[in-house]
Amino acid sequence: MKKSLFALIMAAMMALTACGGGGEATNENTETTETTETTETAGMKPEDIKVGFVYIGKINDEGYTQAHDKGRLALEEMGIECLYAEEVPENADSEKAIRDLIDQGCNVIYTNSFGFMDYTVKVAEEFPDVKFGHCSGYKTAENLSTYFGKMYEARYLSGIVAGMKTEANKIGYVAAMPIPEVIRGINAFTLGVQSVNPDATVEVIWTNTWYDPAIEKQAAIEILNKGCDVIAQHQDTTAPQIAAQEKGAFCIGYNSPTASAAPESYLTAPLFHWEKFYVDDVQRIIDGTWESRSYWEGLNAGMVSLDALTENCAEGTQEAVDAATEKIMNGELHPFAGPIYDQDGNEKVPEGTTMTDDEIWNMSWFVKGVIGSAQG
Amino acid sequence: MDFLLSLELFLQVAAQMGTHILFATLGAILCEKVGNLNLGVEGMMLMGASVGFYTAVHTGNPYLAVLAAGLMGAFGALIYAVITVNFRGNQVVTGLVLTIFGTGFAGMVGRNLSGIALDEKVISAFAAKPIPVLSEIPVIGKMLFEQSIYVQAALIVAILVYIYLNKTSFGLNTRFVGENPAAADASGINVTKYKYINILVGGFLCGVGGAFLSLVYVPRWQDNITAGAGWIAVALVIFSTWNPLRAIFGAYLFGMLRGVGFKLQNVKIGNFGFSAQILDMLPYLATIIVLVFITKRKKKENLPPESLGNPYFREER
Repeated sequence: MKKSLFALIMAAMMALTACGGGGEATNENTETTETTETTETAGMKPEDIKVGFVYIGKINDEGYTQAHDKGRLALEEMGIECLYAEEVPENADSEKAIRDLIDQGCNVIYTNSFGFMDYTVKVAEEFPDVKFGHCSGYKTAENLSTYFGKMYEARYLSGIVAGMKTEANKIGYVAAMPIPEVIRGINAFTLGVQSVNPDATVEVIWTNTWYDPAIEKQAAIEILNKGCDVIAQHQDTTAPQIAAQEKGAFCIGYNSPTASAAPESYLTAPLFHWEKFYVDDVQRIIDGTWESRSYWEGLNAGMVSLDALTENCAEGTQEAVDAATEKIMNGELHPFAGPIYDQDGNEKVPEGTTMTDDEIWNMSWFVKGVIGSAQG
Repeated sequence: MDFLLSLELFLQVAAQMGTHILFATLGAILCEKVGNLNLGVEGMMLMGASVGFYTAVHTGNPYLAVLAAGLMGAFGALIYAVITVNFRGNQVVTGLVLTIFGTGFAGMVGRNLSGIALDEKVISAFAAKPIPVLSEIPVIGKMLFEQSIYVQAALIVAILVYIYLNKTSFGLNTRFVGENPAAADASGINVTKYKYINILVGGFLCGVGGAFLSLVYVPRWQDNITAGAGWIAVALVIFSTWNPLRAIFGAYLFGMLRGVGFKLQNVKIGNFGFSAQILDMLPYLATIIVLVFITKRKKKENLPPESLGNPYFREER
């Protein structure tokens, strides 16, 4: 029995070391100075600011979190000390991660996933002197802002690219979960497609996972086998792009530029530029003008954009995209301006009106031209 | 698109989606056949996937990459074997720890691997190539003969494992050890040796299975690339009642079920649509049903190895 006890202890030790290396906050600097004195009006010196990021994914995921991490790198370039915790699950562990970062002296905290919302709110209440930012949520407080990008503007542009490229007039869309954020993207994309190619349809396939390379690729192949010649995606990996390349079709990425994953089929990708927000927000702290807000910006603020078009795009695409970009930026064109019809042909947004931010934020139906169910 | 072609394409993808699971299931069968329940399959797959990809990136040699992946899986199995065979540690705990360890290890190896594309040599070595004539066979032609060599290798390995277990004296001894190690020991079989060989070869197969994802199917490094496939393999061992040939069927069935889920997404019968969540559940539900079924019927060849999960103490004979 002694021997098996020894083995158990060894096993437990192994487990501990394995966990220790995993999702913990990276300790770049272990000094725990008390930096929580507030100087709301006078601003702060950059060297007094220490920013902590709580990430849902890994900083090298070629997707969502990597796009956020560009913000951290931009802040470090400004001479601001940053810590981060990666692969934080959307449960009580995220609260622990936030507290860990504050313990290590962070006085600005950003949490980058919707599921961190309530934990961020809770900790923000306890630390009134620490400034918080929560991505994609809707709860704010005196020391808690929310931030997100108007991705639908870039999605609309990527729709134009796809609409001009498709010859089969069948476009596929590999989508993660039937939630408003994804549905909004699919609708904006489809409206973009139809603005240049009214005959084209967009067929949606749900994977019910944000992150599973094998499933995402299988879903992409499934939709390519149905005869789609261009696919777009709302997932966290590059698997759909690789599937498109293998099948000789074309693809549109998401989040980060990933031309290298599928050089022969990559057209473009709608991108987030989170660094725009992070730099702006921290600059406000330095200037002493920071106050809680709901930041929701698009092309105008440079928060979202379309990746540089590749040579795989159809002729004339660049001109069409440039024209639409300009119109969106000067307010002439709104992707969700009427008339917009739903899948059954009912008029949802009458001519001359535009959906309100609230309606856009809570979208749960598909526009005409989308094949598939918005319920997943 | 006509029905036949769409069926052929569907089966082709199903076989691909089943390949890594098949390798892992075979590995787990070998391990369980000597009486050791190894829940570390997921960990060994990830270790293999990461090291295989690492080797492919740094050497550009596809076969070396597969070998490295297998050896890494075998190394994971070695840790497990030392703890469970020599120290007689709890197999469940050790297996779980191996999974946690393997996940962390793969994350570490993969740290700088994301965003790197594999060498053209590696990609083309494993690309799907149609075998003339055979790939023209209706229905199963594309599934079996227009595939990556990796997919076909999995089938061959399954048959080899079957022959090994059922037609050779080594296989007989292996099963003997799994059923009753004390009796095997008494009849002069080196129990420890048999356990080690089978556990290590099992680990090798798990590693190779993981590398299928990182080298062929995805083929790019993504963190946690197996996304739970190792657990499916553990369930499939029961589903296939420890029979390597049924494992082929089981693994491909699992691959197919996913595809069926995608196919049914936009199908509606009246007001009733298919819920993707329920379809995702089906494979696991099937495993539970099989488990209930075999324990109820108690047909000898379908039962788990008698000493599965129990450490063997020679002194307690």
